[in-house]
Amino acid sequence: MSWWNNQAALELFPLLLEGFRITLLATLLGSLLALTLGLVFAFIDRTAPEYIRRPLGWVLQFIRFTPPIAQLFFAYYVIRPNLGIGVDALTVGIVVLGVHYATYNAEIYRAGIEGVPKGQWEAVTALSLPQGRAWFGVILPQAIRRVLPSLGNNVIILFKEVPVLSAIAVTEMVRVGKEYTSDHFAFYIEAFTIAGLIYLVASYPTSLLMRKLEVRLGN
Amino acid sequence: MATDTTAAQVETDTQALGPVVNFDKVVKRYGELTVLDELDFSVKPGERVTLIGPSGSGKTTILRLLMTLEKVTDGVIWVEGEPLSHMRDSGGELVPANEAYLRQMRKRIGMVFQQFNLFPNMNVLRNITEAPVHVLGLSKDEAAVRARELLELVGLSDKENAHPSKLSGGQQQRVAIARALAMRPDILLLDEVTSALDPELVADVQNVLRDIASSTDITMLIVTHEMHFARDVSQRVLMFDKGKIIEEGTPERLFSEPREERTQKFLRAVLEGR
Ligand SMILES: Nc1ncnc2c1ncn2[C@@H]1O[C@H](COP(=O)(O)OP(=O)(O)OP(=O)(O)O)[C@@H](O)[C@H]1O
Ligand SMILES: [Mg+2]
Repeated sequence: MSWWNNQAALELFPLLLEGFRITLLATLLGSLLALTLGLVFAFIDRTAPEYIRRPLGWVLQFIRFTPPIAQLFFAYYVIRPNLGIGVDALTVGIVVLGVHYATYNAEIYRAGIEGVPKGQWEAVTALSLPQGRAWFGVILPQAIRRVLPSLGNNVIILFKEVPVLSAIAVTEMVRVGKEYTSDHFAFYIEAFTIAGLIYLVASYPTSLLMRKLEVRLGN
Repeated sequence: MATDTTAAQVETDTQALGPVVNFDKVVKRYGELTVLDELDFSVKPGERVTLIGPSGSGKTTILRLLMTLEKVTDGVIWVEGEPLSHMRDSGGELVPANEAYLRQMRKRIGMVFQQFNLFPNMNVLRNITEAPVHVLGLSKDEAAVRARELLELVGLSDKENAHPSKLSGGQQQRVAIARALAMRPDILLLDEVTSALDPELVADVQNVLRDIASSTDITMLIVTHEMHFARDVSQRVLMFDKGKIIEEGTPERLFSEPREERTQKFLRAVLEGR
């Protein structure tokens, strides 16, 4: 088996796993940010006056229509040096991905909120429920339930977008593989086969879980 | 002699209280369409009034204006002697009510909808306790006690943990009635509350409302096409056409000897239709 080097594979596996830990961390924190910030954006869009909603809409549109890698370079090379405090590349990456996907999630939340029947708002008014209870007790639970599959889907898309962080030297899994192979001028098959398998092992159960969720929410 | 004085006293007190609901030249327009044109009518404390009339005559609009789900185009709605559609500015002038004012005023009014509108993300008990806890400031336990009393009243004591989607339409509507009553409103608005129900479920809901009508002094405005029901619970029927009251009277009189031709036609159509 000359095309496959067991020695290299054994050496790569723990390195790639360590890289995958970073990938997962970025996915988790990035998605958390994307989910909460997206909700905040959607909420502002529904409740704030026009002079706030309009410029916010432009900014979100702009972020949505520019590539994450451009935003990443901008954040890393333009914003970060001006922050004064030392922010590491991983943090910059998490924030950029989080904000980028927040703009998509905002649209999803918006659709979810609009999908809540008008009668629910009328019941809320007829019971004199305060705005806070109306949103958090009645409207958002129903809205989020409707769009949970779409939000979950964005978590998976963000997960697959994490290798873009290698551009600012975050040592997520793909970057680890790339560094190892360029150091040795070899073992491409080993590195990216193992990396691919790790992705698969992580993605497959997630997608099963998502399908289950969709079926459960469907009825 | 003494009893006479007391009776007279009661009479003046009631008059001093005045109407619970008073529409004063209320106009409601949607764009070009005038739904209500300078509508005047009032409802006495504890009175049950049924609103009838052909589709589009403005019955729902009247209830929605009272529930502050819609704003008047012109005129003033008064509730218990205080303006509802308007509030007084610092100079005492009537200006359109703002949200904070409406929030205070609408607590006196409850509404039951044709489509129930229960909260699907809460069980039956939570549906009923939500507003008493978060609006009236009752403790969870106090609200639960109140809710259980009401569930007994509507015959659903065994359903407090059920999910609304697991209930029949009639059961859902009875929960919605309990939910509205849990706020102890002075005025209850009922908009065709049985017309979305399968025929065999109508009687249960109507019986619950009959009980409430006879055991409380809550003022009710009822939109219904069920003439028997209207006769049982209401003292007065208002017949609407094109946003105007064209005839009014006791249900006995109005249903058996309608004077206006349009009322006769409408009643005939309802009898044939159902
Ligand atoms: N939001 C709205 N926008 C525009 N027109 C409306 C709106 N709501 C009601 N209308 C119109 O106002 C008129 C009165 O409607 P309303 O619902 O009060 O009638 P109704 O007497 O309750 O009729 P029904 O017996 O069919 O329930 C109708 O012509 C209706 O189309
Ligand atoms: Mg109607």
